[in-house]
Amino acid sequence: MTGTLTSPATAWRHRQRQGARWLWVIGVLVVLACLLDISQGSGQLTLARLLPALWQPQAADPLAHVILWQLRLPIALMAVVVGAALAMAGAQMQTLLHNPLADPFTLGVSAAASVGAGLGLILHFDLIPAGLAPLTFLNAAGLGVTLNAFVFALTASLILWSAQRLPGVGVQTLVLLGIALMFFFNALLGVLQFVASPEALQQLIFWSMGSLERSSWPRLGVLSAVILVCGVIFHRRRSELTALSLGETQARALGVDVRRLRLTGLLCTALLTATAVSFVGSVGFIGLVAPHIARLLVGEQQQRFLPLSALLGALLLSLTSTLSKSLIPDVLLPLGMITALIGLPFFVSLILKRRGLDG
Amino acid sequence: MIEVNAEGLEIRDLSVSRGRTRILDSLPELRARRGELTALLGPNGAGKSTLLQAIAGLLPTDGELSLDGKRLNELSARQRAARIGYLPQLSEAGAMLEVFESLLLARRLAGHHDDDANLAHCEQLVEALTLAPLASQRLGQLSGGQRQRVAIAQALVREPTLLMLDEPTSALDLHFQLSVLEWLSREAREHQRVVIVALHDLSLAARHAAHVWLLHTGRLVACGSPREVLTPARLREVYAIEARVEWPQDGSPPAIIALHAL
Ligand SMILES: Nc1ncnc2c1ncn2[C@@H]1O[C@H](COP(=O)(O)OP(=O)(O)OP(=O)(O)O)[C@@H](O)[C@H]1O
Ligand SMILES: [Mg+2]
Repeated sequence: MTGTLTSPATAWRHRQRQGARWLWVIGVLVVLACLLDISQGSGQLTLARLLPALWQPQAADPLAHVILWQLRLPIALMAVVVGAALAMAGAQMQTLLHNPLADPFTLGVSAAASVGAGLGLILHFDLIPAGLAPLTFLNAAGLGVTLNAFVFALTASLILWSAQRLPGVGVQTLVLLGIALMFFFNALLGVLQFVASPEALQQLIFWSMGSLERSSWPRLGVLSAVILVCGVIFHRRRSELTALSLGETQARALGVDVRRLRLTGLLCTALLTATAVSFVGSVGFIGLVAPHIARLLVGEQQQRFLPLSALLGALLLSLTSTLSKSLIPDVLLPLGMITALIGLPFFVSLILKRRGLDG
Repeated sequence: MIEVNAEGLEIRDLSVSRGRTRILDSLPELRARRGELTALLGPNGAGKSTLLQAIAGLLPTDGELSLDGKRLNELSARQRAARIGYLPQLSEAGAMLEVFESLLLARRLAGHHDDDANLAHCEQLVEALTLAPLASQRLGQLSGGQRQRVAIAQALVREPTLLMLDEPTSALDLHFQLSVLEWLSREAREHQRVVIVALHDLSLAARHAAHVWLLHTGRLVACGSPREVLTPARLREVYAIEARVEWPQDGSPPAIIALHAL
């Protein structure tokens, strides 16, 4: 094939360009999916009427302007950003735990974040004390709830991290432990729902199903910032992270401080998961499916694998958002329900494919 | 030439434990010289892999380890890894990483950029180990022996002072067993590297190694030239085999033939 005709370095350069091309292709698809998402929704507003509101002042078409800027756009962009965040978290959990079945949802990290968010909500835990008036707008964005979600997600991640260090804990053992964690945190969530006030209960249910209804510009900003920060951290450690896919011994022999890398990485994945979950609730399997497709397309080389995973996650959740609005007319289906219906068979097929690999 | 003696790897009074079990028990003074291939021999469980891992910095150690007079324990993990290339006995199976990319990655971790010189260096190594036809395949799609050759290339691609390979020929066919060891001796000689190879094939060791360390149950039984160390009596004691050892006068390679197990 290519290897025999061209020199290895030329062939490598060619494949690098191919990988970059995938980023562009999926990036364009994300934009298209986002437009499709904007075009869907209650009210007979076509894309042709909505889009001019993007650059025209409010006066031209006030209704289109309000619907686009207050409703459709935040929701469509939130789908993109949450999809990217969950896919990044999934991709890095797979890399860090050296486990292709890892994902914030299947390993119980999302469930932990939900419990943390629920507790924050019920206890009215606000990050910024009321005295600091100029900053209290951050409370409105739900940051106190997010911080609580983060503490819980981090706890779950650290439990997984310690379990993964025990001798003889293989890929599937860790997944079983993750599922146990998920059951545990879901049970806690049940307890919370049981004791919650009616209005808190409504929000808790909303969290356990996943929904983009509460999207807002401040939340979009916060989640984008989290993605940016984690993205930069992951990018700076890209070679070390790629080395992990060679196995822990090899990575250490190449001079990688595996322990510290795992801790930093899991801190980031917990932050990504917690922020996403506290804004839109529990949305499963994006973090499993997107990295899997990315890996098939460009392999495990981080500088391609991570951005492509993020873009694929954005694409998947954007399409899911469209589906949730259009599958049944005038009914908004919960996001998490749709991703579970699609993602669960995928998860099972991955498990079945790994039969016998775990001894 | 006097300088040469102060160079290489020096081990003194080294003990290595895993958990609470002591695996290697105060190895006496040992030296692996630059420019020479040192064979690390011993039966299963003797402690060969443990010793190599300890030198690579993957296990905590007691005692002294120094490379070219510099104590290894005083180096940071990164500095140590930059001087040492290590091929583990069991390498991971299924990375979705291309062969050529995996070599570049090892160089990147040592601070090299993907420039032309770097690509050319990797390309040379790929040619030398006849890996060119495999360069664009993913590691997970290789056969056991192919993967082993890639792993050897990975250990060497950063041009380490000390190269340690744990049973590098265990999955190789007869052609590559010979060519890899010939190539390793040449690497040692031409670039003045310290090369330590753990082996089970005594004939290969006798033929290619300048120096042999023989381990048994965590202790050093003998060290010296292959001819001094690999005697029928010693093989009986350490490996529990009756063996015929031949050192032909006509220049053909030595042969160590196991006759039967005791
Ligand atoms: N991960 C481990 N944990 C605990 N003990 C170990 C571990 N690995 C090896 N050992 C023990 O250390 C001793 C030496 O093992 P080592 O792997 O160094 O032997 P070896 O000489 O490389 O053998 P082989 O020829 O089979 O590769 C053995 O008794 C083994 O039981
Ligand atoms: Mg061994």
